[in-house]
Amino acid sequence: MMATRKEVDATSGTETTGHEWDGIKELNTPLPRWWLWVFYATVVWSIGYWVLYPAWPTLTGYTQGVLNQSQRDDVAKAVLAMKSQREEQGRLLATATLAQIEADPNLFQFAREAGKSAFGDNCATCHGSGGQGFKGYPNLNDDVWLWGGKLEDIKRTITVGVRSTQTDTRLSLMPAFGRDKLLEPAQINDMVEYVVSLSGGKADAQAVARVTTLYAEQCASCHGVGGKGLREFGAPNLTDKEWLYGGTREEINAQIVVGRAGVMPTWGSRLDPITIDALAVYVHSLGGGE
Amino acid sequence: MDAPIVATVKAAAAETQALAADGVQRVDARATNSAATRSDYVARVPIYPKLVHGRWRLLKWIGMALMLALYYGLPWIRWDRGPNAPDQAVLVDLARERFYFFWIEIWPQEVYYITGLLILASLGLFLVTSLFGRVWCGYACPQTVWTDLYIMVERLIEGDRNERIRLDKSPWTLDKFGKKSAKHLVWLLIAAATGGAWIFYFHDAPSLAASLFTGTADGTAYLFLGILTFTTYSLAGHMREQVCTYMCPWPRIQAALIDSETLMVTYRSDRGEPRGPHKKGQPWEGRGHCIDCNQCVAACPMGIDIRDGEQLECINCALCIDACNAVMKRVSLPAGLISYDTPQNIERRKKGERAHFTLVRPRVVLYAAVLLAVAALMLFGLSTRATIDLNVLRDRNPTYVELSDGSVRNAYTVKVMNRAATTRDLHLAIEGPRGFSTKIIGVVDAKLPAEITVEPDRMRTLRILLTVPGANLATASMPVTFKVSDGSETRTNATVFLSDGGAR
Repeated sequence: MMATRKEVDATSGTETTGHEWDGIKELNTPLPRWWLWVFYATVVWSIGYWVLYPAWPTLTGYTQGVLNQSQRDDVAKAVLAMKSQREEQGRLLATATLAQIEADPNLFQFAREAGKSAFGDNCATCHGSGGQGFKGYPNLNDDVWLWGGKLEDIKRTITVGVRSTQTDTRLSLMPAFGRDKLLEPAQINDMVEYVVSLSGGKADAQAVARVTTLYAEQCASCHGVGGKGLREFGAPNLTDKEWLYGGTREEINAQIVVGRAGVMPTWGSRLDPITIDALAVYVHSLGGGE
Repeated sequence: MDAPIVATVKAAAAETQALAADGVQRVDARATNSAATRSDYVARVPIYPKLVHGRWRLLKWIGMALMLALYYGLPWIRWDRGPNAPDQAVLVDLARERFYFFWIEIWPQEVYYITGLLILASLGLFLVTSLFGRVWCGYACPQTVWTDLYIMVERLIEGDRNERIRLDKSPWTLDKFGKKSAKHLVWLLIAAATGGAWIFYFHDAPSLAASLFTGTADGTAYLFLGILTFTTYSLAGHMREQVCTYMCPWPRIQAALIDSETLMVTYRSDRGEPRGPHKKGQPWEGRGHCIDCNQCVAACPMGIDIRDGEQLECINCALCIDACNAVMKRVSLPAGLISYDTPQNIERRKKGERAHFTLVRPRVVLYAAVLLAVAALMLFGLSTRATIDLNVLRDRNPTYVELSDGSVRNAYTVKVMNRAATTRDLHLAIEGPRGFSTKIIGVVDAKLPAEITVEPDRMRTLRILLTVPGANLATASMPVTFKVSDGSETRTNATVFLSDGGAR
């Protein structure tokens, strides 16, 4: 039971709560008035909010509110608005040549920004956030392109993928010369020396001489007689300083033995054409574009 | 709610009864806001400042007029900056990220100039406070100026102290309702004008004014107008001295800036005490000059008694000086019982020494010296501020790229700034390791050095590739310098070229 008689503290003149603990009584100091009014105002506000906006759960759904506001619809609208805004510059992007894109700073900026964000979402997992690549995953900043570094080439590679499920995918296969017993281990060892010599490294001249004919028979059809590679087959240039799977003798040996070949998915069925156009411009602008 | 008003009303009734001296009424005004009297558990006791006339009141009127003219007028001053920049003298252009102040234009990355201005303002405040006490609080602070303006409106509509007390005590009549509504209406109009002037500092004033009245201005303009209207109306109309007493940190800080030689509004207790009513014909010998008429308390907008000595609540507005001087004249005593004085002088007079002011003191000299140093630094910075600038950010992901021929490439994001009001071709050049080559991404077949066209008052961002042949790689980090020039001015930016450092 609450105390019915109000008790006032003599010193402060403030009412007490009427309770007593070891001779100490608690003052019942009223709440600051400004605080109380703000509190009442929030109560009134909340009632207005219930009426206007979705608020209470019901058995089958929730109260919709008279404004019929829905954040889901708002987002959908915003996405639609953004899409139509993109559409305009995207159309330009689809038909423009590289020179035209670079000549229009706004279009170039749009493509780079859109490409950068799409790259982070889709490509960075394998190629790295800066496109720097990893062992087995090509570096997109350098000037080495297995399938071509022109804007059109890049766009096509992104669209169809490499060794992907797409029927017209970029496709090439290096045989597993060692695993499939196409070459003897000794021949492979000599071939490693030959490959090292192609890129200007110090190699065993006798070993090189032993496999010169073998190279022409087995490797030159794809990598070229001089080892410069062939983009039609996605065959790497063996004379340069870049090695996708590493440039040490052990790494070159391993590659000849098992003929590793990575897979890049097809993006044509996952990304819209504007995004792919933008991605191509972005990758091209990383520095290696031709 | 009623109790404090009743107390003041009773006091007003008593005012007519007592005489402090021949022809001087004794006002039963109480220092309701002094630290000793006020309570945190009681609603604010209304203060009814009485109008005074005199030198300081006149100075405050002039100050108020100047301050208000400055605030309302500044956004309307035009300043020609050419066709590519706004012609408003003082403008915070948030949309285009520029701050204009007459001939000064500040970009966001030069925010240190604003820091410098604020330091300058603080040091100025320190210096003035150590010399003359709280002149900022008493004359220049917006809270003081607008409160003074609001009290003036209140006085014009409801009358002076006694009429206002009587009006608040009287029951609600049509007359009272009319007066109260008129007062709040004028207050709200002033508040709206204050908010209205505020937003002019952020947009072109004439065009914003036009769109504001036609209802076509941006929503944020109305929002900030509303916020400023609310704060002005509540701070100057309702909260008044409570802002200074409870909310403002400055009264606390200034205690550290003043000393016993600082000029402050002072009750000369050595002359005034012992105080008491004076009967006609009584001699003045053997008693103080204060006749305890309480006119200084009645005039005080802060609700304090200056005779209690230096106190946090006192804003040094000097209105009590005018009130007291008028009384002193009536009782044929010299003016200045309350005046600008120092605590040290009171001590000196008590000891029979000559009172004097020591303006040059170590702290004053220190504040002045630092103030001058910062001002000189700012002036130097602003006068040598280049109209071109250069920022270089080296790509860090990847740090460097090895190319097929064994050469190594670094990429840089280069920002070229043109702070002039015209489009300019700026010469961008680079110095780097032996045999380097460059390429500007996004510009067909472009390499450095190149003429970079930058629009007026804009920044242009370029991505530049720097390639060094493998044979020339000497160390892992080699110096690179970018240089931009317009023929007369040159700005350089030093960075590095990174690689694994191994020549190949």
